[in-house]
Amino acid sequence: MTALAALLVRDMRLAVRVGGGAFIGVLFFLLVVAIIPFAIGPDLALLARIGPAILWLGALLASLLGLDRLIASDHEDGSLDLILSAQTPLELTMAGKAFAHWLTTGLPLVVATPLLGLLLNLDPVATGAVALTLAAGTPALTFIGLVGAALTVALRRGGLLLAVLILPLTIPVLIFGVAASNAAIVGPIPFGTPFTILCALTLMSAVVGPIAAAATLRQGLD
Amino acid sequence: MAAGWHIWQEARRWGGMDVMRLEASDLACFRGGRQVFSGVSFAVRVGEALLITGPNGAGKSSLLRLVAGLLRPSAGTLGLDGGDPELTIAEQAHYLGHQDALKPALSVLENLDFWARFLGGRATDLSSTLADVGLGAIAGLPAAYLSAGQRRRLSIARLIAVKRPLWLLDEPTTALDVTAQAMLAGLMRAHLRGGGLIVAAVHGPIGLEKPAELRLGGSQ
Repeated sequence: MTALAALLVRDMRLAVRVGGGAFIGVLFFLLVVAIIPFAIGPDLALLARIGPAILWLGALLASLLGLDRLIASDHEDGSLDLILSAQTPLELTMAGKAFAHWLTTGLPLVVATPLLGLLLNLDPVATGAVALTLAAGTPALTFIGLVGAALTVALRRGGLLLAVLILPLTIPVLIFGVAASNAAIVGPIPFGTPFTILCALTLMSAVVGPIAAAATLRQGLD
Repeated sequence: MAAGWHIWQEARRWGGMDVMRLEASDLACFRGGRQVFSGVSFAVRVGEALLITGPNGAGKSSLLRLVAGLLRPSAGTLGLDGGDPELTIAEQAHYLGHQDALKPALSVLENLDFWARFLGGRATDLSSTLADVGLGAIAGLPAAYLSAGQRRRLSIARLIAVKRPLWLLDEPTTALDVTAQAMLAGLMRAHLRGGGLIVAAVHGPIGLEKPAELRLGGSQ
């Protein structure tokens, strides 16, 4: 446990220090969500209706930022060589890295959601529902992104390829995240149905993501 | 955790350490569609150092990475007899490569503390370790401001902060000044006396008495 705790502390420190980019994601999220009302116009009813979808799209795009550096930075400075020779299983190390990444990029999105709900004319219940679905769903985005980060680890500019690889895989998360938010706001299906599936997607990706990422890294040994 | 180290220490107390032996037979390495080397065999026993020499591109680094488990051999076998059977060779080895595995945004102490915890599985007092490699006075300085030689010293500190029996050193004296080279030679001698093994890729003498030598390329 000491090893994983040390990894968590290190990755979070790196994220909040110079060049870490922990708050770039949340700033990007704020910008994306803030400019959409300018594009759509001041139709409050329309904004409230598509608000959850806008918030989810913003979160999806924001969570892509920084993923390309998640493993690549350790690969470039030789840290990955040492990580591979530690006694901590690589799967756990990858899960730890993804969790640290989520704490510094995903969690701030959840925290920023109430502020953005105001911009999109969402009532408190709707804002709460979106924040809850984001809290449950953004870890899935990180864990799926982890696989993409492992696949593109040796590429110099892997960020774009990573987005192309990852976005299709995140569609189920997006569908059930928005569906659960809408269910809480307008119905008619109960909130619990899509929300449970969203949680299942997160749990599944939390298991599959680190295993797939570790297998990818081992396969790519060179 | 540090089970390997404990078993290793146990073995030292029994006096059974002379059984520990790194053995490679008929290793071959294939990279980028090219045969880097083939038919490489060697054995290193406790207290022994093996220097790998050869011209640039002969495969010295590849051989070390192969032992460290970072490359797969295309042929041949590699074994650490008398080591911890629960652990892979890589988990009982320190790999000191060309890259220093340091994060510029973290301080000297934070960098070393991370590797000590991550590789060793427990927290240790590192101030004396930093003093040993001559970085005691700048423990709080971000690694971004270190010179190449100081970065190397910090990497070397990792070898003494976490005890592992096998040291795999890839041109360890690069960027080190005369004092640091002597310091490293002292550390290596102490490691060998304490029952360790060293395999190092070098271009010249590194201050060890009577090391074995394996020449790659040319004479192969």
